[in-house]
Amino acid sequence: MITLNINGLSVSVEKGTTLLEVSRFYGFPIPTLCHMEGLSPYGACRLCVVEIGEGPRAKLVTSCTYPAEEGLKVRTSSARVVRARKVILELLLASCPQSKVIQDLASAHNIRRQRFRQEHEDCIMCGLCVRMCEEQMMAKAIGFRGRGETRTIGTPFDIRSEVCRLCGGCIYVCPACQLRCTYTDPDKAICGGCANLSPPCLEKEPFEDMMCYMEPCVACEITAASKKPETGREKEGKGAGDAIEDIL
Amino acid sequence: MNRAEKGEEALLSDKGEGLCATCLHLETCEYLRSFGSPRFECDEFEGIRPSALAGIIDKFGSAHGGIISILEAVQAKYGYLPRHALNLTAERTGRSLVDIYGVATFYKSFSLKPRGKHLLSVCLGTACHVRGAQAVAREFEERLDVKAGDTTADKEFTLHTVNCLGACALGPVAVVDGHYFSKVNASKVRSIIDKSKTGLDAVDAETDIRVFPLETSCPRCNHSFMDPERLLDGHPSIRVTAAFADKHGWLRLSSLYGSYSVESEDPIPKDTIVNFFCPHCHAEIAGATVCTDCGAPMVAMIVRGGGMLQICSRRGCKNHMFDLV
Ligand code: SF4
Ligand code: SF4
Ligand code: SF4
Ligand code: SF4
Ligand code: FES
Ligand code: FES
Ligand SMILES: [Zn+2]
Ligand SMILES: [Zn+2]
Repeated sequence: MITLNINGLSVSVEKGTTLLEVSRFYGFPIPTLCHMEGLSPYGACRLCVVEIGEGPRAKLVTSCTYPAEEGLKVRTSSARVVRARKVILELLLASCPQSKVIQDLASAHNIRRQRFRQEHEDCIMCGLCVRMCEEQMMAKAIGFRGRGETRTIGTPFDIRSEVCRLCGGCIYVCPACQLRCTYTDPDKAICGGCANLSPPCLEKEPFEDMMCYMEPCVACEITAASKKPETGREKEGKGAGDAIEDIL
Repeated sequence: MNRAEKGEEALLSDKGEGLCATCLHLETCEYLRSFGSPRFECDEFEGIRPSALAGIIDKFGSAHGGIISILEAVQAKYGYLPRHALNLTAERTGRSLVDIYGVATFYKSFSLKPRGKHLLSVCLGTACHVRGAQAVAREFEERLDVKAGDTTADKEFTLHTVNCLGACALGPVAVVDGHYFSKVNASKVRSIIDKSKTGLDAVDAETDIRVFPLETSCPRCNHSFMDPERLLDGHPSIRVTAAFADKHGWLRLSSLYGSYSVESEDPIPKDTIVNFFCPHCHAEIAGATVCTDCGAPMVAMIVRGGGMLQICSRRGCKNHMFDLV
């Protein structure tokens, strides 16, 4: 057992427990974005920062990846932590404002403005989908490609993956994904078509940027051909079944 | 869906079915068109045989971290990473395609597209930049009528811009197929292109015959590597710092061009790839290219009197290059 101090409360936990787990267990909320129970911690979003140590040596660490240490002093909502969280949320809003998940987090943390250059990314590189696919679905159909600014998520060679199980797990966990099944205008996108099974993308102009990895979509049965008309090789009169076979 | 329906897409398909998948004639092949299905033996075949590829892959085994070595070797042999090479690597090593594709797209030295006959890198690193490398790069782009990152229509050149080749003292630097050109300016561009076409290896052949001592220095800080205290082959040796596995120590090379005498603090097992460091500025001495024989990175040193010497970093591999500039 390890004894540590969280927000002034002395607690004992099993070795190997992360600070996030300890804090949540004892009722101290910490917001997370790239963390999910059942998936290995990844530390990508930095939203779960907490402050450890004291005085000038105090520092911010991501609680989802930091293991509990004997005698550690942890603060989960010090002024510094709150400030850092807010900036991170502002940055997330700047890159992916259409995400319902990010919007909710921002509003819960009282973010009233966003001072950075506005972008409309369809991915925040949280890696949830990749871990879901690998660790829960045992498929390893999608992964990170490239690096730096040009890093993306997808299947090798951008063709339909032979090992994808069409389980939809990747879409289910994606915090940015609502964008993908919504209107042609990223600004107005929030609908959660995948979740409520009445995807509005069917009635509207196909949204070119839709990029979920399922071919065809299990919710709306949109196929590659209609999602990306300019690259789809779909011929007239084929059913969805054939489209599965058709490589993009 | 049968193969005929899928058409050409199937022939390009991942599993590298038959020879056609990697055949250079694939797009224009009349023979194939009339048959509609890929061949398994063909006299006209020109490209990468799956069996040859399998040989390369198996040589490295599936040990952890072996993927980079495999990809380097494949790329050294074919100039790029063909799609089915990645598939085959996944198949034979048991690693997932996603991981291999991730590695292949992560490193800039790997290319998933066929590259031109000659690989031309123009350095835009800080030192070269301040000496006008931008103009040099532009001149190359105009003369070759190609944008950086692309291959010319005649498949002769692939042009790249890079950030520091570790030869700042020679800048602006351009490298063609591993041969360094120093102090390049816009007016030299044309002759570099011409020389590359007529063959840069001609220089090698001449210098290879004779045995003569070279004085080398660090391409980064220009401090001499020569160690007059310790003679090798009767001449001052070239002293650098070598690192491999968890070992870190000195390494002395013979300065006689054509001699392969080596001494090192720790014995270096054959086939180990060694990282070389400058004993003065501690920068890694790395070349811009990989060994054409074994795929290991080449190590570049400045030769006094003008020139660039490159040696293979793999213990036991005798590949080297010498450019007079
Ligand atoms: S749908 Fe395919 S890519 Fe997505 S998690 Fe399932 S197996 Fe992986
Ligand atoms: S696609 Fe979605 S789940 Fe996957 S990394 Fe991007 S934001 Fe995260
Ligand atoms: S195509 Fe289907 S799963 Fe994909 S984003 Fe749209 S509704 Fe969601
Ligand atoms: S030349 Fe032979 S190997 Fe090449 S595409 Fe034609 S049939 Fe196939
Ligand atoms: S939840 Fe810890 S870094 Fe994302
Ligand atoms: S900046 Fe060009 S070689 Fe270093
Ligand atoms: Zn140096
Ligand atoms: Zn070699």
